[in-house]
Amino acid sequence: MSGIQLTRRGFLKATGIVGGGLLIGYVVTSGTQTPAVMPGAGAIAPNAFIQLTADNRVIFYSPRDEMGQGIYMGLATLIAEELDIPLKDIQVEFASVHEDYKHPEYGVQGTGGSSSMRVHYLPLRQAAADTRALLLAAAAIDLGVSRDSLTTEDGYILSNGAGLPYSDFIGTAQTLELPTETALKPKADFKYIGSDIARNDALAKSTGTATYGVDVDLPDLYYAIVSRSPVAGGRVKSVNDSVARSMAGVTDIVQIDSGVAVVAESFWKAKKAAATLDISWDLPELAKFSSAQIKADYQDALNSGAGDTEISGSIEDGMLSATHQIGREFWTPYLAHTPMEPVNAVVRITGDQAELWAGTQSPGVARGLVARHADVQVDKVTVNSLFSGGGFGRRAQLSHVAEATQVAVATNKTIKLVWTRENDVQNGWFRQASVMQINAGIDERGLVTAWDAARAGGDLAPHTMASILPGALPSVPKGINDLLVDATESIFDGWVIDGGGVEGLVDDYDFPNKQLRHASVNHGLPLAAWRSVGHSFTAFAKETVMDELAEQAGLDAFEFRRRNLQGNPRLLGALQAVQKGLENWDIPEGHHIGVSAHGSFHSYVAQAAEVSVENNQIRVHRVLCAIDCGQVVNPDIVRGQMEGSIMYGLTAALYGDIEIENGAVKESNFHDYKMLRISEAPKVEVLIVESEEAPSGVGEPGLPPVAPAVANAVYRATGVRLRSMPLVLV
Amino acid sequence: MIQFTLNGKLVQTNDEPDTPLLWVIRDSFKLTGSKFGCGMAQCGACTMHVDGRAQRSCVLPVAAVAGKSITTIEGLGTPDNLHPLQQAWVDQGVPQCGYCQSGQIMSAASLLSDNPNPSEAQVESAMAGNICRCGCYPRIKKAILTVAEQSQPGAVQVAIPVSSSDAEGVQS
Repeated sequence: MSGIQLTRRGFLKATGIVGGGLLIGYVVTSGTQTPAVMPGAGAIAPNAFIQLTADNRVIFYSPRDEMGQGIYMGLATLIAEELDIPLKDIQVEFASVHEDYKHPEYGVQGTGGSSSMRVHYLPLRQAAADTRALLLAAAAIDLGVSRDSLTTEDGYILSNGAGLPYSDFIGTAQTLELPTETALKPKADFKYIGSDIARNDALAKSTGTATYGVDVDLPDLYYAIVSRSPVAGGRVKSVNDSVARSMAGVTDIVQIDSGVAVVAESFWKAKKAAATLDISWDLPELAKFSSAQIKADYQDALNSGAGDTEISGSIEDGMLSATHQIGREFWTPYLAHTPMEPVNAVVRITGDQAELWAGTQSPGVARGLVARHADVQVDKVTVNSLFSGGGFGRRAQLSHVAEATQVAVATNKTIKLVWTRENDVQNGWFRQASVMQINAGIDERGLVTAWDAARAGGDLAPHTMASILPGALPSVPKGINDLLVDATESIFDGWVIDGGGVEGLVDDYDFPNKQLRHASVNHGLPLAAWRSVGHSFTAFAKETVMDELAEQAGLDAFEFRRRNLQGNPRLLGALQAVQKGLENWDIPEGHHIGVSAHGSFHSYVAQAAEVSVENNQIRVHRVLCAIDCGQVVNPDIVRGQMEGSIMYGLTAALYGDIEIENGAVKESNFHDYKMLRISEAPKVEVLIVESEEAPSGVGEPGLPPVAPAVANAVYRATGVRLRSMPLVLV
Repeated sequence: MIQFTLNGKLVQTNDEPDTPLLWVIRDSFKLTGSKFGCGMAQCGACTMHVDGRAQRSCVLPVAAVAGKSITTIEGLGTPDNLHPLQQAWVDQGVPQCGYCQSGQIMSAASLLSDNPNPSEAQVESAMAGNICRCGCYPRIKKAILTVAEQSQPGAVQVAIPVSSSDAEGVQS
């Protein structure tokens, strides 16, 4: 027990807002009792996840969305393992929206928080094992033999050395009750789990044949581009669209909640016409603020002692027993997610029915948004989920779905609405900016005696509620919904410790006396979970201070952390794996190593970055990364997620900065919002720590440690401590 | 009316001459393997071959390709008949979200047709125009170098046509 009392933060954690930062934990009534899957002729669908067809193929309905993280493959692997069918014979389809596909913890159908394998590892295996048991029971009846004389192999029932396809027994299986609580395979018998198997979506994604939302084509499809306020929350005051209206191929220009939509026969015609709109805006309060002022407001809040505090032990006592004390301040800016596929949605409304095509992280909420804005019953909305060209938290925000529906209603047309990259960088949702302060003390043994951390910045919770409630409660009238959203804003604002803003700041190490203070300062820029959420910045502050304390203690980076990780054996294990791995590295002259360790999403990651600095230019040559994520389902996907998280984290560490000027985002596209490129990408070596624990997060935990590892290496190279991101030497 | 060769077939379009090639290919010819990423030649998701050379189709007016030969990812190889780079992409597990990979592969094919045995630095330089937000860079590099190695004399021979349509010859 940490000794920290169950606080309002604890309450929020229990309801699922915190951590993944995405979704909320109440049940949404769907009102439908229709089974999730209607099996085809001669087929059987014993549960919502598996259909066995008459020609002995398995269709797996993935309850979670695929945005690159590999869950499409990972969950199919669980089915293959327990159903005993080759992976290549499993066709994966994205599930429709249905009660049965709700995220078991979040209560709505969505994907995030690096949780998919953790929450589905046992239930999906159980669904497959029960299905296999059903087929065995049916075969025993049909063949007139005892159930124990039968076994299975690769989709066949084996009886007396002969193999009969599972599908032979569908008829009898349809008459039997589905067994429950069938014993799962012991680890020693795993055929697929734990093995490197090539991803089942790689072929389509290497041949241009994978379908993303933006690729959807329908008859009589029209394209919409929206001009939005340069300052988030602005409203159209007046619009001069005379030029746009006269342009070839333009069919409609309509005002919607977020701005002015131009509809045309093609994307290009819509884009060209939208550029000619002359709109004046009523700008909100945010227009008064720029980045420097926002940062100063955060500093003022912390320096004036504002905010809510959680305490464990006594900081005063801890500081009294300290031989060295330091106090440090950190700044991390707003960031955009910039997935490669800008968000988009296709909406068709026919009578009392509506249909959506989109790759999202939240099809359940998307369905509700279409229902709300098309004014149809929620069970009359069909959601077709597709591959997402990157998510990173951005696709949990669905204003583009509301926009596409509003335009479809206003024009009576089937609409494909696409955000341009400029829209994506300027008009979307952003990772929170933060000022963090840490005061810490150590004693002569090199143990941390006091850890006093504070963070000021915007809260995710009210933005999360504002974006989810309209879709989660589609039948609640708009006026009441607005009141609810406003109420959550006032409820959350100021009195809650926003988990998405502080997670990881006082965690991981044996801090006997610790304090966490959070000051909510909201300027109105829309905020969203961004890959690894709060950990994306708290690890930077925590691991930089740990590095400074190690130096004060006269200990190396590994030994100091080891002494303070006695209560966290799994993070220590990852750290020691990195330490050992480094022994095999030949570090060239002029290259320096920085170290970090951070736990997030129930996984434990340590990293070492090899860095050189020349003419103030930081070059990251190699990263060594060790992860303990429990039982691994596909090691190659784990390695890929570590590689990818490191690259995503390095873009933020070296370049990422969304600057606000009079409320508007200054950056607009990849020329001024720079991304890491292949020529700047380090080599990555991944070590997976053997573990008997249950599977835990993989998509995000590799990201938080990379910025502090690089910053700590820069210190070794230059003697300069960088405490602001992006990391820039001047 | 503008005529050009698309994946080996002569085609024509009535799209306005200033329409970027990307949108003509995606919206008029319904080949959606080439992607929209930035609209200003910054990310490479839209990369196609124009007369065998990688170009950013999101800023290339269709008028500029009149009479030329265009190859898209669909013309490079198919799921049943993979280009060696596509095979390497599958074998190395390169794609994550996959959205940028058509452009990555088209840039890589252009590189290898110019320089069948590039150094690591040459791969980095040739591929620096293609952004991957999932961070598949280490695998992209490895896949390209693997194909290059396999195509060298003494290795098991693998033909590296810049595209199947170019190998068949340009018809126009």
